[in-house]
Amino acid sequence: MTDSNPGSAKPTLKTLPGDDVRQILWRYADRYDLQMVVQSARSVARGLVARLVAEGARHSHEWTPDKQRLLDAMDEAGITAVAIDPEHGGYIPGPKNLALALVAFELSWVDAGAATASLAGNLALAPIHERGTPEQVAKYMGGAVPAAPGEDRRTLRGAFALTEPIPYVGVDTNTMAGRVRVAEWKEGEEPMLHVDKRGRFITNAAFANFVCAAVASDDPRIKGSCMIILEDTDEGVWDPGSPTLKLVHQLSATNDPIYSLKVPASRIIGGYTVQDGVIVPNYSHAEVIEAVFRRTRVTVGLMTAAKLLSAVEPVIRYHRQRFRGGGQLQPGSPRYELGIQQREDALHRLVDVWATGEAAASLGFYTARLFDEFDPLEREKDRLFAERGIKGARAQLKAFAAVKDAALEFIRLEHMPADKRDTARYEELLNDTLVQFVVKDALSQVFCPATKLWNTGVGANMMREAVSLMGGYGITEDCPGFLGQKWMDAQLEATYEGPEAVQRRQLTVTMVNDLFLAQFRHWIRQMRQIAARKPGTGACTLATAMELWLWTIEHLQKAKDANGDTLYHGQRQGVAFPMADALSWLLASRQQILDVLELEEKGKDNPVLADGFEGTVGFLTDLCHVMAARASGEVGRIAAELVYGYLRHPSWDGDCDSCFRASELEAVASVVPGFDSSPLEVIQDDSSHADKAGPCVRFPGMERFRELRLKLDGCLTGARLAKDRAAAALTEVMIPEALDYPR
Amino acid sequence: MSNGYHIVVCGSLVPDPLQTLEPVTTPDGPGLKNESMLPSVLDPWAAHALYEAAHLAKSVPGSKVWLVSLGPKAKLQQLMMAVAQKASFEFVAVDGSASGFTDSFETAQALAKAIESIAGLDRQRLLLFGGCSSASRDAGTTVGMVGALLGIEEQFLAVDEIVPNDDGSFRVKERIEGAQYLVSECAGAPAVLAWATGNLPEPPNNPQVGMANMRTILPALAKAQAAGNLRGSLRFESVETPTQRRETRVVKDAGIDEIAQELAEWIRG
Ligand SMILES: Cc1cc2nc3c(=O)[nH]c(=O)nc-3n(C[C@H](O)[C@H](O)[C@H](O)COP(=O)(O)OP(=O)(O)OC[C@H]3O[C@@H](n4cnc5c(N)ncnc54)[C@H](O)[C@@H]3O)c2cc1C
Repeated sequence: MTDSNPGSAKPTLKTLPGDDVRQILWRYADRYDLQMVVQSARSVARGLVARLVAEGARHSHEWTPDKQRLLDAMDEAGITAVAIDPEHGGYIPGPKNLALALVAFELSWVDAGAATASLAGNLALAPIHERGTPEQVAKYMGGAVPAAPGEDRRTLRGAFALTEPIPYVGVDTNTMAGRVRVAEWKEGEEPMLHVDKRGRFITNAAFANFVCAAVASDDPRIKGSCMIILEDTDEGVWDPGSPTLKLVHQLSATNDPIYSLKVPASRIIGGYTVQDGVIVPNYSHAEVIEAVFRRTRVTVGLMTAAKLLSAVEPVIRYHRQRFRGGGQLQPGSPRYELGIQQREDALHRLVDVWATGEAAASLGFYTARLFDEFDPLEREKDRLFAERGIKGARAQLKAFAAVKDAALEFIRLEHMPADKRDTARYEELLNDTLVQFVVKDALSQVFCPATKLWNTGVGANMMREAVSLMGGYGITEDCPGFLGQKWMDAQLEATYEGPEAVQRRQLTVTMVNDLFLAQFRHWIRQMRQIAARKPGTGACTLATAMELWLWTIEHLQKAKDANGDTLYHGQRQGVAFPMADALSWLLASRQQILDVLELEEKGKDNPVLADGFEGTVGFLTDLCHVMAARASGEVGRIAAELVYGYLRHPSWDGDCDSCFRASELEAVASVVPGFDSSPLEVIQDDSSHADKAGPCVRFPGMERFRELRLKLDGCLTGARLAKDRAAAALTEVMIPEALDYPR
Repeated sequence: MSNGYHIVVCGSLVPDPLQTLEPVTTPDGPGLKNESMLPSVLDPWAAHALYEAAHLAKSVPGSKVWLVSLGPKAKLQQLMMAVAQKASFEFVAVDGSASGFTDSFETAQALAKAIESIAGLDRQRLLLFGGCSSASRDAGTTVGMVGALLGIEEQFLAVDEIVPNDDGSFRVKERIEGAQYLVSECAGAPAVLAWATGNLPEPPNNPQVGMANMRTILPALAKAQAAGNLRGSLRFESVETPTQRRETRVVKDAGIDEIAQELAEWIRG
């Protein structure tokens, strides 16, 4: 028996963070419904899902009876009904973004294909939930609730069909081949429409009995485009098509379906009006898709976050046990106990994987919560607009522009100490739906693409590191935690629901919105304040990196390149896209820091956490510091490349303000003693010069940038010490004896 | 039987058996390393008892199930996030140590006291359920003593099946030596049934059932009485893990012979 309190060394991480810690970090400690959903999803994931993967269910492309069992298990465990409002048979009241995010996280901890199977059902319902008519909502949401035993109805299962065979819709969702035309329109009756849609890579199409399809009009009697609901009992061709031969997510069903069906016009999602004999859908397909993806993409980001965090335990166990067995090593010897953990690089790399997982989860769950706040605001905004007769994109934009100044004022007041601001005005703006809507909208328009982009893109790269840490085992099917499969799966998460380019494109527009930047500026100060209280978080480093990013984005919007061309605009992806990446690093790191502060604040009074609390917080703080340093490095690198990279390097024979002929220099030095010892570029009288591309770069107006870059380097002080501490903690943390899902 | 049974299940938490369980000395005596930080599960034998209770209550109209748990209050709450989804029950909590290093008699006394104070419990209809064993202390005596303290004389240990009859009597199948069963007919409640594994699979989680149970769980946790000293006069001279090293593995589809062979080899050391 050992002593539980050996000496007074600084407390370190004792066990892997459990549910009590996670609930506080991700802010659902007071949501019992969500805690139960987590347990429920976990039991399906680590039970049936894990068994299916272990038994090789991923080896087939077809939708097999075994895979079908997954749907039944998810129905039975309440997962299918999570997305549905109580009035239609669900059981979680209010917005469900966080709930769905937690479900996806739990399922992806084991296998993201299973998560996708669940997600795709929600994706199919989302257009109806977001934009459907009350009748559509009642029918399809209600029908998607699993039929109770003995209930005589089939459960509705949907698919979302946007993507089409090449060369049509993919990243650019404007060009579509899917068509809708009027089939019959009898006087005074509901028009019947004919829909032709071929899908590519459509999840759930193998078993879906309804599909939400994006189609464009092929008929002067129908305006624009729309999303429309198709059912397998409609008249015409309903061909689920052949399975996609995918390398990933094989527990979900992906097919290339063909639909050619006659459906009533009432299936147009969101309804329509008839104007001058033309059917005008209330929402174009693009409007529906925008409302859908901005929510569901967050969930995808969390799938990759789960993978990274799920890798920690298997890697630690593999490393520790690496040299055991064979009888040569004695228990107690460092090689026996620590195995590969004796090697610093292995520890440091796992720290990176873990820190990325934490940051990704923090970013994703924050964004999910943001949408939970945003949803009721959006509904209230829609109600207000309907009341005031504000219709169409242009009229809405005008209404938003009208409250922009008030929104900026609110942002300013919100970041003032409560006792220093005009409380009455603050309350007034706080209760102004439109003001609140535009403030939150500006955030959600950045955080959604940032989550999808960073979590999946950086996450996929990091998953490769995790696989590497398992050596050859990592790329076998036997690898505990299915890490190899997870690495490959992460690439799909970076692709479907809009690949990285789409997220970067959105950020190009939204990250320069004044309402976002105004909030971002306050966050810089907030990070400094945090750093003053808690220097070890890396918040100061991050604040400097945020300043650098801000300077750079402002500069790029004004500056021109060496050819006089504008640097920052939508088509110049070489400028805007890397800035989107850089911002995502910052947001992830910031969110990670905020979550750890929350844990420290709320967890200190929690009796379950009392034991080992300081060590847990200390370790997670070190991970924040590691991530802040890494994020700052990325920002520094990207900013410097963009700020300087588009300028022409000074040359020896061009205009060189700092160049002197050797003879000139001698003459000046005789008048100004010491002049020749200042850092000047010298061209010899025979025109020879130092061996380099040209005189060193000095551009006027860049002083602040250089200052910030230099400062940022200094701000990295301590980051590697934090990494060393975190690495040491990995050698001591107690892990379970075995993984709680099979291999 | 017209009124149904009042089934009280005694069951509490144990550390998740997949965790590393290492005995250490704490200021309060023996314990497990990082015990309060380890995730917990419902004691597996008690869990079987709960599933059987829920099943029995469903098949005998008018029956009702209570789950009485003695454990650290805050940890019980976390445990309930999973357990409450498995079956419908009313919860009764007693705040105290669920450690394996407490005395089963003191524990039984605390449980009996809690059961005595359940409002609306008809002791004539009472079936006291629990595990015949436990993944923590494994004294195998607790439920029997609770029954004795409540004055229940009909006691069945290592039960695998209960078949109720219409008149309130029931048949019980108990495990005895040599892989045999003892089948008894019991005239009716009150009785003690300490369960082995039963016959029922673990029910799937159902958050809706869980949320309904939360209506009694939260108030029960709020008013949970402290159990006080559960170690009584018990003193531990020394505590150690068995010399055989526990190498936990998750194995699928192993045959019975194979499992028996491996266990025999492990015991031989
Ligand atoms: C397993 C799986 C399941 C899927 N499930 C569904 C589903 O249920 N429903 C559905 O509708 N779709 C589904 N999809 C389709 C998926 O959403 C698309 O594959 C994805 O959005 C990318 O479209 P694409 O394949 O046509 O890529 P492309 O449009 O060909 O893009 C390929 C690459 O070209 C570059 N690129 C393209 N356009 C631009 C641009 N404007 N700017 C910069 N770079 C650009 C980017 O690098 C991009 O990654 C699924 C796909 C898979 C693989």
